[in-house]
Amino acid sequence: MITFLSTIGHSVIATLTKTGRGALFLKQTLSYTFSVLCQPRLISKQLFSVGVLTILIITISGLFVGMVLGLQGYYILSDFGAEETLGVMIAASLVRELGPVVSALLFAGRAGSSLTAEIGLMKATEQLSGMEMMAVDPIQRIVCPRFLAGCLSMPLLAAIFSMVGILGGQLVGVSLLGVDEGAFWSQMQSSIDFYDDILNGVIKSVVFGFVVTWISLFEGYDAIPTSEGVSRATTRTVVYSSFAILGMDFILTALMFGDI
Amino acid sequence: MEENNTQNSSLVTIRNLSFAREQRVIFDNASLDIQHGKITAIMGPSGSGKTTLLKLIGGQLSPSQGSIVVDGQHINQLNRSELYALRKKMGMLFQSGALLTDINVFDNVAYPIREHTALPESIIRTLVLMKLQAVGLRGARLLYPNELSGGMARRVALARAIALDPMMVMYDEPFTGQDPISMGVLVKLIKTLNDSVGLTSIIVSHDVEETAAIADYIYIMSSGKIIGQGTPQELQQSKSEWVQQFMNGKPDGPVKFHYSSDNYFDDL
Ligand SMILES: Nc1ncnc2c1ncn2[C@@H]1O[C@H](COP(=O)(O)OP(=O)(O)OP(=O)(O)O)[C@@H](O)[C@H]1O
Ligand SMILES: [Mg+2]
Repeated sequence: MITFLSTIGHSVIATLTKTGRGALFLKQTLSYTFSVLCQPRLISKQLFSVGVLTILIITISGLFVGMVLGLQGYYILSDFGAEETLGVMIAASLVRELGPVVSALLFAGRAGSSLTAEIGLMKATEQLSGMEMMAVDPIQRIVCPRFLAGCLSMPLLAAIFSMVGILGGQLVGVSLLGVDEGAFWSQMQSSIDFYDDILNGVIKSVVFGFVVTWISLFEGYDAIPTSEGVSRATTRTVVYSSFAILGMDFILTALMFGDI
Repeated sequence: MEENNTQNSSLVTIRNLSFAREQRVIFDNASLDIQHGKITAIMGPSGSGKTTLLKLIGGQLSPSQGSIVVDGQHINQLNRSELYALRKKMGMLFQSGALLTDINVFDNVAYPIREHTALPESIIRTLVLMKLQAVGLRGARLLYPNELSGGMARRVALARAIALDPMMVMYDEPFTGQDPISMGVLVKLIKTLNDSVGLTSIIVSHDVEETAAIADYIYIMSSGKIIGQGTPQELQQSKSEWVQQFMNGKPDGPVKFHYSSDNYFDDL
C-alpha cells in the first residue's frame, strides 16, 4: 500500500516538475522572439522544413476529406431534398472543425515528430552542449526559429486544407453527383460568416500550432539523450499533441459556438 | 617552492570542489590550479571524471561545493550573459567532437566566427582555411560530419575550438583515434598554439608519453581525488605507487581498473 502511494506520489511529482520545465522552456523561447524575428533568414529556413514540406500531405488529405464530405453530405441531404446546401455543409465543417483539427493532427505527425527527433538527436550527440560552449544559446538559435516557424505555418496549412477540401467536395458534389453549381457556391457564400466561422477556425489553428510546436520542441529538448530516449520522446510528441489538439478543440468549440 | 611563485598567475583556480551525480561522488574536495600560458594535463582512469571536470570549468555543470574561478570570475555565480561572455574566451574540444551535423566542415569551423563577429566573408574564409590547414583538413572542407572518420571529426572539432583564438582551450582527449602521424602533428600543434599566442591549454588524455612530452604540469586523478601532481619529470621520479602505476601503465596497483563494484566472485 505504501509503495503504491509512493509510486503515485513520484509520478505526480515527475509530471509537475516536467510541466514546470516545459513552462520555463516556453518562457525562454518566447523571450527570444524579437531577436529571432530580426533575423528572418533563421526562420525562413525552418518555414521550409516545417511548413512547406508538410504542404503535400495536407493537400492530399484535404482533397480526400473534402471528397468524402461531398459523398456523405449528398446522401444525407438528398433525403431531405436539400442538396443545394451541400456547399454550406462542407465549407462549415471544414472551416470550423476539420481544417484546423485534421491538419493539426497531420502537422504533429509530420512536422512535430521530426522536430522532436531532430532536437533530441542534437542533444544526444552533444551538439547542443557544443553550442553552449561556443557561447551560442541553442534555445535562441535552434528552438526559437523552429517555434516561430511552427506557429506561422500551422494556420496557413489549415487554410490550405480547408480550401482544397472545399474543392474536393465540389468535385464530388457538383461534377460527379450533379448538385447545381450556382447553388453550391452561392449558398456557401451567404451562410459562411467571416467572424463566426473563418476567424474562429483561424484562432483554433493558431492555438493548435502553438501547442503542437511547443510540445514537439520541449519533448526533444527534454529527451533522455540516447536513441531509445529520443524514440520515446518522438512517440510522446505525437500522443500528447493529439490529446492536446482534440481536448483543446472541444474547449475552444464550447467557448466559440456553445453560447456558454 | 616553485609552485608558490606562480600561484597568482593561475587562470583557473579550483578549491575544495565536490560534485556528485545521483548517488555517485565524482569529486571529493579536489583542488587544482591551471597556470596561465601553460599546458596543464589532466590524467586519470576512464570514468574518473575528467570530462566532468571540463564541464564544471565551462559552467555546464555546477559543483555541489567549492569554488571554481576562471579568469577572476566565480563561474557558478555568473548570470547567463556574463557566463556566455566568458565562454567566448574558452574553446572546448568535446570528446565526441560535437560537430553540427547539418552543415559541412567549413561552416562548422566558421560557425563561432560568424556568430560572434561581424567579419566579412572573405576574411572568415581566410581564417577558416588557416585553421583547417593547421589540422591538415583543408581539403576536406566540403565534407559533412557524417562523412568524416572519428579522428578527422576530432581534428575539425579542434579547428573549431581554436577558431575564435580563445584565451584558453580545453582538449578532451584530442589524441584518441589518431594515427601516429596526425598524433605527432596534433601534439606539435597544441604546443605551438600554446607557446606562440600565449594560450592556456588543458589537455585531458590517456596518452601518457605524448602528453608528458608537451605538458608543463600534470594532475593525476582517481576516485574523485587528485592523487598526484607535478611536472612530468617530477612525476616520473615520484615515489607514489599510484603515480608510478599510472605513468607506466601497470594493471596492478592501487588504482582500480574496474568501476567500483561488488566482489567479482560474489557477483558470478
Ligand atoms: N550524464 C551522466 N549522468 C550520470 N552519470 C554520469 C553522466 N556522465 C558521466 N557520468 C558518470 O560520471 C563519471 C565520470 O564521467 P566522465 O565522463 O567525467 O569520465 P572521464 O574521466 O571523462 O572518462 P573517459 O576517460 O572514459 O572519458 C563516470 O563514472 C560516469 O559514470
Ligand atoms: Mg571523458
